[in-house]
Amino acid sequence: MSTSLKSFLLHVFVLCLLAVLYFVVSEYHSGNLARILVMAVYAMGYNVLFGYTGLLSLGHALFFASGMYGLGLSIEHLGLSAAPALVVGFISAFIVAAVIGFLALRTSGVAFMIVTLMFAQAGYLTILLAGKYTRGDEGFVIQQGDRVIAGIDLSQADNRYFAALLLFGVCFLFIAWLVQTRFGKTLVAIRENPERARMLGYDIQRHKLLAVIISGTLAGAAGAAYALLFGYAGATFSTVQYSIYPLLWVLLGGAGTTIGPLIGTVFMTYLIDISSEYTSAYMLIAGLALILLTLFAPHGFAGLIRKKLFSWLP
Amino acid sequence: MATVTLLSAKGLSKNYAGLKAVSNVDFELPQGQVRALIGPNGAGKTTFVGMLSGRIESSEGSVVFDGRDITALPAHKRMAMGMAYTFQITSVFSNLSVHENVALAARRVINDGRAAVNECVARVLEKVNLTDRATQIAGDLSYGHQRLLEIGMGLAQSPRLFILDEPTQGLAESEIDDFIELIAELSQQTTILLIEHNMDVVMRTAHYITVLNFGEVLANGTPDDIRANEAVQAAYLGTK
Repeated sequence: MSTSLKSFLLHVFVLCLLAVLYFVVSEYHSGNLARILVMAVYAMGYNVLFGYTGLLSLGHALFFASGMYGLGLSIEHLGLSAAPALVVGFISAFIVAAVIGFLALRTSGVAFMIVTLMFAQAGYLTILLAGKYTRGDEGFVIQQGDRVIAGIDLSQADNRYFAALLLFGVCFLFIAWLVQTRFGKTLVAIRENPERARMLGYDIQRHKLLAVIISGTLAGAAGAAYALLFGYAGATFSTVQYSIYPLLWVLLGGAGTTIGPLIGTVFMTYLIDISSEYTSAYMLIAGLALILLTLFAPHGFAGLIRKKLFSWLP
Repeated sequence: MATVTLLSAKGLSKNYAGLKAVSNVDFELPQGQVRALIGPNGAGKTTFVGMLSGRIESSEGSVVFDGRDITALPAHKRMAMGMAYTFQITSVFSNLSVHENVALAARRVINDGRAAVNECVARVLEKVNLTDRATQIAGDLSYGHQRLLEIGMGLAQSPRLFILDEPTQGLAESEIDDFIELIAELSQQTTILLIEHNMDVVMRTAHYITVLNFGEVLANGTPDDIRANEAVQAAYLGTK
């Protein structure tokens, strides 16, 4: 069996498994999973830039928030219905990613981290300053009546789950395809050895910019979907914390693997969920898990699987 | 036969904070030639070649490739015009397979699909004798094999000008013989600019030699001319 066929089957299997899970697990867990699927889209977007291109951004919350507010504000203030508002969310994230990418890519390494962090902070403060429209930290609720696409009420648990799965599935397969293309492989080359890639004749600046745009747009798609499916937009989602989360998910799950972001998001969410039942110091446990993983599986779960079991893992 | 100039440089200079690494070099490379660039350590060879390939920005002067002034072009555009470059210090994608290393080079040039790329990779690996190692991770290869891989990555681009910065550095004697053979074969199809310290390699491969010393051209000539040139002997070869 060829590698690309194996990879395709793996991705389809994961999607089928997620579809079946809805009917198997309790309502509490399927609610959790819907949230995880949306956040996994965020993590997958982050992974395009961090895992595949080797650029560490500390400002992805800005892209997530761009999608979230693109959708939320256009419903709240422009009276758009859900479907066009979703498109506005995607486009907002796309534009913000293009502008930030263009500016931030004039730097590299640590400077890139700091510049993206600062842009995201500026974005957060802008949301607070525009409190008249965004309602700042408090945020605003998107009414159930506004969360309907083609007659499907996305506030219902089953619709919500399968809408989240649909978005996840599209992004999951898109990335699985992307990393097999010439473009995707060039991103890996840039991550591995940018100078060599440049001297092979690749325009690495253009590739990096496209990677930021794809990554940011996916993050924004997650943000818009989150607001739509869970009916809330708030400034918390643009804080530094939300820039760090996808980094942790991707690190835990396996940077530069298509399946890693999902694994990392599931693991981290449930680790916090379960440990918070026992102690209020649940972040301590999350921290410990991170340290252990970095020590014993520096390439994350999927990286470990790739190294020990299936070298073909995409 | 009229010779066509593939690459030329005029008054090319590089200053590093007042230090002239390369100063006012005129250079002309006809199509099809194997040119060796020699000179003592610190003569400015790598800097000079860096300015030709676009890795290093020149302070003054101009570079013309294939009839077009490329002085202002970034490196990747020069490569896209038909240059290939191998680094003095081996630079491969050490976490990727040997196959993928060459495929990355081939893919930039070949646009018609996976099969064509794989076919090109197979041909190149055959030529540099790495077919058996195609699935190995490049970083696990011996130093000599990594150098061959780098040359393979150059070949995969079917360059019109192939710039090699000290390709035989660190190779064993037997590997050097293979390398000389490879250069002879390549010179049928492409123009080669070679920075080389090993005089045996230079004398056996080069049609023509340019000697740099203190950032300036000390001499130009055929291997025999250079061998007989007293200034070169004094500066570089050591008087016999």
